[in-house]
Amino acid sequence: MAGRFAKTPHVARKEIAESIARGIFGLMSAAMILPLVLIVGYLVVRAWPVLSWEFLLDVPKRGMTDGGIWPAFVGTLYLVGISLLVSTPIGVLAAIYLNEYAKDNWFNRLVNLAVINLAGVPSIVHALFGLGAFVYAARFGYSILSASLTLAIMTLPVIIASTREALASVPMAFREACWNVGATRWQTVRAVVLPNSISGILTGVILQVSRAAGETAPVMFTGAVFFKAVERGDLFPYGLTDQCMALSMHLYTLATQVPNVKEALPYATAVVLLGSVLLVNATAIFVRIWLRNRKKW
Amino acid sequence: MTRVRPSTPRRLALLVIAAAFAIPACGGGGAKGGKSSKTVIQNKGSDTMVNVAQVWAEEYRKAAPDVEVEVSGGGSGVGIAALLKGAVDIANASRDLKMSEAEQAVKNTGKLPAGYNVGADALAVYVHKDNPMSEITLVQLTDLYAEGGKVTRWSELGVTIPGVKDDTIVRVSRQSSSGTYEFFREHALGNRDFRLGSRDLNGSKEVVELVGTTPTAIGYSGMGYATASVKMLKVAPKAGAPAVAPTIAAVHDKSYPLARSLHVYTLGEPKGAVKAYIDWILSPAGQKVVEDAGYVPVAAAPPKP
Amino acid sequence: MSAEPRARTARAVRPRAAVLAEKALEAVIRLSGVSAIVFVAAIFFFVLREAAPVLFSEGFSLKQFLFSTEWYPTSATNVRYGTFALTVGTVSVTALAMVLAVPFGLGAAIFLSEFCSPRVRETLKVVIELLSAIPSVVWGFVGLTVMSKLIVSATGAPVGVNVLNGGIILALMSVPVIVSIGEDALKAVPDSFREAGVALGATRWQLVYRVLLPAAKNGLLAAVLLGVGRAVGETMAVLMATGHAVHIPGSLLDSVRTLTANIAAELGEAPSGSDHYRVLFLTGTLLFLITLVVNLTADFVVRGIRRK
Repeated sequence: MAGRFAKTPHVARKEIAESIARGIFGLMSAAMILPLVLIVGYLVVRAWPVLSWEFLLDVPKRGMTDGGIWPAFVGTLYLVGISLLVSTPIGVLAAIYLNEYAKDNWFNRLVNLAVINLAGVPSIVHALFGLGAFVYAARFGYSILSASLTLAIMTLPVIIASTREALASVPMAFREACWNVGATRWQTVRAVVLPNSISGILTGVILQVSRAAGETAPVMFTGAVFFKAVERGDLFPYGLTDQCMALSMHLYTLATQVPNVKEALPYATAVVLLGSVLLVNATAIFVRIWLRNRKKW
Repeated sequence: MTRVRPSTPRRLALLVIAAAFAIPACGGGGAKGGKSSKTVIQNKGSDTMVNVAQVWAEEYRKAAPDVEVEVSGGGSGVGIAALLKGAVDIANASRDLKMSEAEQAVKNTGKLPAGYNVGADALAVYVHKDNPMSEITLVQLTDLYAEGGKVTRWSELGVTIPGVKDDTIVRVSRQSSSGTYEFFREHALGNRDFRLGSRDLNGSKEVVELVGTTPTAIGYSGMGYATASVKMLKVAPKAGAPAVAPTIAAVHDKSYPLARSLHVYTLGEPKGAVKAYIDWILSPAGQKVVEDAGYVPVAAAPPKP
Repeated sequence: MSAEPRARTARAVRPRAAVLAEKALEAVIRLSGVSAIVFVAAIFFFVLREAAPVLFSEGFSLKQFLFSTEWYPTSATNVRYGTFALTVGTVSVTALAMVLAVPFGLGAAIFLSEFCSPRVRETLKVVIELLSAIPSVVWGFVGLTVMSKLIVSATGAPVGVNVLNGGIILALMSVPVIVSIGEDALKAVPDSFREAGVALGATRWQLVYRVLLPAAKNGLLAAVLLGVGRAVGETMAVLMATGHAVHIPGSLLDSVRTLTANIAAELGEAPSGSDHYRVLFLTGTLLFLITLVVNLTADFVVRGIRRK
């Protein structure tokens, strides 16, 4: 029979409601896993027949219906690399300014708002900007330079946000200790703040790589081409003022423009793009977890 | 416990700062840089021709390994506009140069564009392979596609699609600035505007693919895009007139109503690498590419108007 | 930054060059700091600069641009630049995406912050981060190839690229934003609220329903707004998955065209300097302003709670 601590109907109802809520919310969360697994799985299965190192290193053949994706892959490396070269220093310095120098006044709140808005600007508007500013106004023409600069501005908020987070996680006491031995603000940043947050900044850079690699619209109108003949495996096929192929746009053209393409080819291109991006992200996540476990304060 | 870390992270930090100062150097110096040992030919224009142009570029590597050809699509109008600004070396166009464009070129650069007929295409009308229809008239196409047209169901054209309950016609078209769209509007619809609501796809292949997976669809695209899951309709200028299939012969004798020639344009008479490239395009090797892509090579094409 | 560094003594012993170098460096840092403002302003300036001349062009009327459904940018006889159908397309796809993404996103946020063990939470957060990393062109490709076939076989619709397809894809793309911002909002509710609830004998669900949701409602609203911002601005995925037809959709299975996809499809083919080209930039200006308003609202909503 019911003991002294038996549930009253009220408590039982409460608990049922509780487990239903937990179940529903749990299912909703699980629903996030499903698409990721299904999409990656399906793409890999469809791509399997052509996936190989050869696919990566080879050039497109027979009117892009066969062969590999090397020119597109190396083009994406160029675009991402150069955009990184531009946005990393600006982004890191901007984050240092916001976290270490800026006082809490209206102007710096405006800067903050600008960072938030920069992150929210649609990619197609970045494309319009790149076209208007770099291709035409700055006269860089359709080129790797224009496309990379567009990507750099687009990915700037990523590096600013994660660098700020890394800087903010350095305890105030560290800075105070440094100031108290007579260091200037910059000496403090260099000697104490940056060394203690460099790995967090690295995470931001990695995330930026993944964001830049996947973007299509901003490069499509500023410097990416349909096709460019490149030697198989050539690591330096492009100059700054050349146009290049890009992996993301290559996937788009294969899917919409190239007739009678070998069936697995667009899937394999998608897998390489998705795989690189997810790999880069996973690295960032790994670095972050490793860091968190290592932190001593 | 403010232990100053070993020097590696600090050096890394300095490296990041150093990179900050490298930007101006990188931006300024790089713009002038680039490769000088290789010749780059920029080729832009018609989406219909972009696949042919791509194979040309691919094959030309074998004939001239030190010439790199950059191929972009964008449409005939865009290719020509870029040519008029001197931004590209060769513009591909699936339509003739307009008078205004030639004037613009002379005004901008003092040079008259030179055109070359490099092949021909029949704009094919595609339906799903299970569609029993085999021919269509331009009048029917107008009723179907043009603004104010009344036809919305296959039954209105006397066609029953097997295994389909709702026989609403799925009209597939191209985005409004492609040369293909303009050509279709001019030659099939008599310059009347398209009726809104069609699926205006971004690539010729996308059109054929959608038609191939949709039994109730109709679409138009270059003859080179045909696949096994679609059927090309014979086209008659008007009811009662004989319908003609889009074949090389029909393009040749101009009996197919939606045939057009494909051109490349340069600013002034081409010289050096560009001339060599165009000569190669017109050579048997280049023309074989045109034929393999499903278009009509120039020898069999109608003479340039 | 509360305390000022005491630099006076340091400066006295440092060589002049070092002090100057530091001054220069600080100037660079300040310059980078304000770069975000410069870039946002530059984006607006350059996009508007390309768009502005069309406002004074003869063939253009702002009323037609905003309220006409007739989009004939290259007509041979009667050029019309009406973007109303495109706006409706954007709204319909975004609305469907939110209908799907908001319950799932907020549900997952609640689960992550209140119901699950730290280990599960970490795993789920990794999954969500990876989900948000999938490039939009890959989503578009999935919509075009996989999803469209599924939709055709499940609903019998003639064409699988439509509002439903785009909505599902956009929902999947904006869910990660909603989850992560939503979780932050729930976490920002002080633990004392939870303790008070538990002390009164509330179950977790009661706690969520009665205490946390009301307390975090501004943050959650901001999460939804940012999700909307993401969905409105998305380009490649909707370009490939919505079917790209200019008309007001009558059902979920109709194809539509969105503002962003329209720019992406036609920008490459509009000769620069033409009215058509400028109207596309004007659409870009419109999109910029929409996302600006959405983002600012989200920020003000969040700041609302902080002030309390």
